[in-house]
Amino acid sequence: MKARVLITPKEGILDPQGKAVERALPALGFEGVSNVRVGRLVELDTNDPDALPSLCEKLLANPLVEDFEVEVDEK
Amino acid sequence: MTFGVLQFPGSCDERDALAACERVAEARLVWHEETDLAGIDAVVVPGGFSYGDYLRAGAIARFSPAMEAVAAFAAGGGPVLGICNGFQVLCEAGLLPGALLPNEELRFLCRQVELGYEGTDSPWASELSDGDALSIPVKHMSGRYFAPDDVLDELESSGRVAFRYAEGQNPNGSARDIAGVTNESGNVLGLMPHPEHAVDPLTGSADGLKLFSSVASLLAAA
Repeated sequence: MKARVLITPKEGILDPQGKAVERALPALGFEGVSNVRVGRLVELDTNDPDALPSLCEKLLANPLVEDFEVEVDEK
Repeated sequence: MTFGVLQFPGSCDERDALAACERVAEARLVWHEETDLAGIDAVVVPGGFSYGDYLRAGAIARFSPAMEAVAAFAAGGGPVLGICNGFQVLCEAGLLPGALLPNEELRFLCRQVELGYEGTDSPWASELSDGDALSIPVKHMSGRYFAPDDVLDELESSGRVAFRYAEGQNPNGSARDIAGVTNESGNVLGLMPHPEHAVDPLTGSADGLKLFSSVASLLAAA
C-alpha cells in the first residue's frame, strides 16, 4: 500500500528555509502569512506499514531535530 | 601506527586527510564497503558529501559497512576523528551527541576561522592545551551544531566541548559557539572545521596538524 511520510523541523528549532520563504512572501503581495516551516515529504509503497514508525526514526527523520507523521492509504 | 581514512562515494576531503595523516604516520584509505579495520590504529571520517548527502547530511553513510566497523572500533576505545561531513556522519550514527543543521544564513561557507581549544581527554588533542587558539578553515552548508539545552549543559560540565569558534566568529549559528565535541570517553572527536586543510604554513596555517600528530605520538609512545 501507499504511504506518505511528512517530516518537519521540530518546534523551537530555527528553520532558516522557512524564514527565507516567509520573508519573500510580502514582496509577492501575500500578506499575513507567518510561521512558515519547510519540511520533506517522502512517498513510498510498503507491504509492512506497521514498520513505518521505526523506519522513520531510524532513517527518514532525525528524531532529535525533526517530527514526522505517517499517512497510510488504506485503499 | 597507521591511520585509516574512510572513503564514501561523494567524499571529497579524503585525499587531504590522507596527506595530513601521512605527514605524521602511515595511512591508507578505507573504502566504504570494507568491514575489516585490522592494522588500523586510528580512523578519520573525512569531509565531503557522502552518498550525495541525500535525505540529510550523513544519514545514509552511517549505514555503510565501514561505519559499522568504525562503531565497533570506537566502542573498543579506538580513536575516531570526524571532520565536517564526518562529524555529521558520527552524529547520525549516535557516536556523538547532537546534530548539524543547515547554516543560519543558508549560505555555503568557506573561510578561515579561529577556534579556541578547551581541555578534554581526547587523544586527538594530547598536544593541545586548554586555551590554545587554532586557525583552521570551515567549508560547509550544514554546520549549525544543535543539541537540547540539557545535553549542552552536560557536554560543558563534563569537559566534552573540545572546540568553540572564537568570539564573534561563529559562522553558522552553532549553539553556544560549539565547533567540536567528543564522546563520553574522549576517543571520538567531531568538528566542523577542517584540520586536514591546515597542515602547512604555505596555505595559511599548520595548526590542524596538531590533531593528527597528537594521536600519532600518543600511539607511538604506547
